[in-house]
Amino acid sequence: MNFVLSISTTVNLKENESAKSKSTTVDTKELNKFSNLCQNWWNPNGEMGPLHTMNPLRIQFIKDGLKNVGFVENSPNYPFKGLMLLDVGCGGGILSEPLARIGANVTGLDASKELVAIANEHKKLDESISSNLSYVNKSVEEFSEETTEKYDVVVASEILEHVIDQSLFLKSCVKLLKPKGSIFITTINKNLISYLAGIIGAEYILQVLPIGTHDWNKFISPEDTRRLLNECNCNTRLIHGLLYNPMTYQWSWTPLKSINYALHAVKNECL
Amino acid sequence: MNYLHISINVIVMAAIYTKYSLPNNTLSFITKAYKNTIFFGPNHIVRNIFNQKTNNEAFDIIVVGGGMVGTTLACALANNKCLQSKKILLLEAGNKQKYVSNDQYSNRVVALNKYSKLLLSNIGAWKHIQSHRFTPIVKMQIWDAYSDAMLTFNDDYLSQALAYIVENDLLLHAVHTQLSKKKSVTIINNAKVEHINLSNNIGIDSNILLKSGENFKAKLLIGADGQMSKVRDAMGVKYVDWDYDQMGIVATVKLCETIENVAWQRFLPNGTIALLPLTNSLCSLVWCITTEEAKRLLQISEEEFIDNLNDAFLKVYPKDELVKCGMQAFKKLFENFQLPSAVSRQLQPSIAGIVDGSRAAFPLGFGHALHYVQPGVALVGDAAHRVNPLAGQGVNLGFGDVTVLVEVLAKAVNNGALIGDTTYLHNYESIRLKYNIPTMLTIDALHRLYKTTASPIILARSLGLQLTNIVKPLKNFLIKHAAGTENI
Ligand SMILES: Cc1cc2nc3c(=O)[nH]c(=O)nc-3n(C[C@H](O)[C@H](O)[C@H](O)COP(=O)(O)OP(=O)(O)OC[C@H]3O[C@@H](n4cnc5c(N)ncnc54)[C@H](O)[C@@H]3O)c2cc1C
Repeated sequence: MNFVLSISTTVNLKENESAKSKSTTVDTKELNKFSNLCQNWWNPNGEMGPLHTMNPLRIQFIKDGLKNVGFVENSPNYPFKGLMLLDVGCGGGILSEPLARIGANVTGLDASKELVAIANEHKKLDESISSNLSYVNKSVEEFSEETTEKYDVVVASEILEHVIDQSLFLKSCVKLLKPKGSIFITTINKNLISYLAGIIGAEYILQVLPIGTHDWNKFISPEDTRRLLNECNCNTRLIHGLLYNPMTYQWSWTPLKSINYALHAVKNECL
Repeated sequence: MNYLHISINVIVMAAIYTKYSLPNNTLSFITKAYKNTIFFGPNHIVRNIFNQKTNNEAFDIIVVGGGMVGTTLACALANNKCLQSKKILLLEAGNKQKYVSNDQYSNRVVALNKYSKLLLSNIGAWKHIQSHRFTPIVKMQIWDAYSDAMLTFNDDYLSQALAYIVENDLLLHAVHTQLSKKKSVTIINNAKVEHINLSNNIGIDSNILLKSGENFKAKLLIGADGQMSKVRDAMGVKYVDWDYDQMGIVATVKLCETIENVAWQRFLPNGTIALLPLTNSLCSLVWCITTEEAKRLLQISEEEFIDNLNDAFLKVYPKDELVKCGMQAFKKLFENFQLPSAVSRQLQPSIAGIVDGSRAAFPLGFGHALHYVQPGVALVGDAAHRVNPLAGQGVNLGFGDVTVLVEVLAKAVNNGALIGDTTYLHNYESIRLKYNIPTMLTIDALHRLYKTTASPIILARSLGLQLTNIVKPLKNFLIKHAAGTENI
C-alpha cells in the first residue's frame, strides 16, 4: 500500500537519464511506472487516495515523536512554529502542505520536475503557507551537496522503498539534519506478508494500486533501516506498525510491523 | 400489509440486538426496496454567472441555512479553540426573528436528549434557556390502541431526565444570543440561494450566488438548509425518500388534571399521538395522522377537535380474536420463563381545551442522503436526514451531527489539513451514518408497524410492546437510544 513520491513523466525521463552520470538514488524505472498519476495527485479519490488518508497518522507520529525528544509546542494553532523541516520525496505536496500549515518552515524536495510543478501550483491555493513552504526539484544527494545540518526534522515518507541506493539515500538525509534532529520514515517491510499484502493483495486482488507499483526487492525490513541509520550516526527511538484497511480507506496503528511501518530516529550529537 | 415492512422490522430488531454495524447492507436494501427513490442529477456548472459579479468575499466556512441546526453549528464552530480564527458566514433565507418573551407557549417544541443539552451548554446557550423555561421529562408512557400492552420508561432505569422540552423559538433565540458575541461569524438574513458551484477538489473554493446578486466563496460549504436542501442538490448525491402521506398536527393543549413531567404516546390504527409536558397543566401535542384526516381536523371547530383528541387517547378499539389468542400464548410462554407479563400504568390525561391559534399541521416524510460529504462540502440536520417526529429524534440527530462535525474539523485544523479535506470529512460521515441510519430505520419501522390494522401486525406489535416491557436489557437499550445515551 505504499507509494512512490518520486514520479516523473516520460518526457522528464530523458532529462533524468542524461543527468545521471554521478551516483544517484533515483530510479528511472520507478519514475516511469507512475508517469500517468500526476494529474490525479490532489484528487482524494484518485490513485493517491491512501496517501491523503495517511496524513492524520503520520502527522500525529511526527508530533508525538518530537514531544518525546523534548520539543515544546508553543502556539496552539501553529504547534510546529520555529521548526526547519525537510520533506524528502514530497511529490505533489500532500504532506508538505499540512506541515507548513501548522507552522513549520518546510522545504519539499523531489526529483520529479512535474511533481514539483504540481506542488507549486497547488500551494498557490492557500495564501497562508506562501511564505513558509518552498519546493526544490533535486534528488536528496544533490541537495545535500550544497546544504548540511540545516534541518531540525527530516521526513521521508513512502519513498525509501522506491530508491536505488537506500544507504546513500539515508546518508544524504542525515547529512541535512542538525545534530539532535529527528528523522521520520514510513515505508514497507520486506517479508512474505508484505509481499502478499502489498503486491498480490493491493495490486492484483484489490486493485487499490496499479500493477507494478512496488518492486519487492526494494522493500526494506525495520531491522535493516535501523542498521542503515545506525551507520549514519542515528539512534532509532520508535518503530510502529501501520495497517491500511482497503474497505474503509483508513489507516490505523498496529503492533505488527509486518507490512507498513513508521520509524523515528534521532541524530547523535557527535560521532 | 406486505412483507417488506416486516423484513425492515426484522433488520431493525436484529440491529438492536447486535448493536449494529449494518449501514452498508441496509442502505442498499432500502434503496432497492423502495421504488419511489429520487435521484438528483449532477450539478450544472454555470461559471458565467459567477464571473459577472465583482464582489466575491472569501470565507473559510459558509453555513447555508439558519434553522436550529445551522445556527447552532455556526456558534459551535466559532466557539471551538482550534476553529475560532476561521471566518464564518451564516446564510438564512428567512427574516431576522425577534424573540418576544410571551406567557403563552409556542406550538413548536422539541424534545432534546442529554447530548443536545450538553452541546447547548457547551456553547453557552443552555443558560439562556434555563433562565427562561424548559420542561424535563422523567417518565414516558407508551401504549397501544388494541391491547393492554404498555411500555413505561421512567427513572427506575435512568437517573436523569429522559428529555427536555424546549420551544423552537426560545432555542434559536438562546443560540443567537451567544452567536452575537462571536466576531468571526457574519449572518445574512433574507439570503435566497440562486446557484451553488461546488469545487469538488480539496483546496479549491466553492462559490455561492444569492438572488440579490451577492456572491461568496468558501473552503467549506455546509448544507444546513433543511429537507429541501439546495446544497444537497448541488452535490448531486442520491437521496432516498418516501412520503408517509401523513401530517403532524401540533397544538398547545390544556389538561383537565395536573400531571408532572410525564410524556404520553399512543399508537393508533391511523397514526400516533403524543403529549409532551410544558407545565403541570399544559402539554404540547404532536399528532401524526393521514393527510386527509389531518385536513379535516384542522377545519373542524375547537370543541369538535378536542372531542376527537380525547377519543384518540381514550377510545378502546375492538380487540381482534387472533390478537387475543396470540397474547394468551405469549403470556404462557413468559409464565414458563417466569418473567413478569403485566405492568402497572398511569391513567392517561384528558384534554380540556386548546390554546387559541396553536393548531397547525406539517407534512411528514422520510428522507436520507446516501452521502453527507464531498470535498469541501458537508450536510447536517434535516438536509441529510429527515425522520418522522414519532420518536422526537429529528433535531437531536442534527445536533449529533454538529457535535461530531465540529470535532472532526478541529482535528483537521490541528493536523494542518485544509478545512474541506475529505480525509476528515469522511470520518464525520462514517461516524454519523453508523448512528443515524439505525435510528432512522427504527423510527420508520415503528411507524410502519403501527399504522396498520391487519391482524398479524397487531399481534406482532402487541407482542413487541409486551416483549420490550419484559426484557429489561432490550428496553434499557431502547431508552438509551431514545435518550441518546448510546452514542452521539
Ligand atoms: C410536527 C413536527 C414535530 C417535530 N417534533 C420534534 C421533536 O419533538 N423533537 C425533535 O428533535 N425534532 C422534531 N421535529 C423535527 C425537527 O423540527 C427538525 O429535525 C429540525 O427542525 C431540523 O432542523 P434543521 O436546522 O436541520 O432544518 P430546518 O429547521 O428545516 O431549517 C432549515 C433552515 O434553512 C433555511 N433555508 C432553507 N433553504 C435555504 C436556502 N436555500 N438558503 C438559505 N437558507 C435556507 C430555512 O429558512 C430554515 O431556517 C419535528 C418536526 C415536525 C414537522
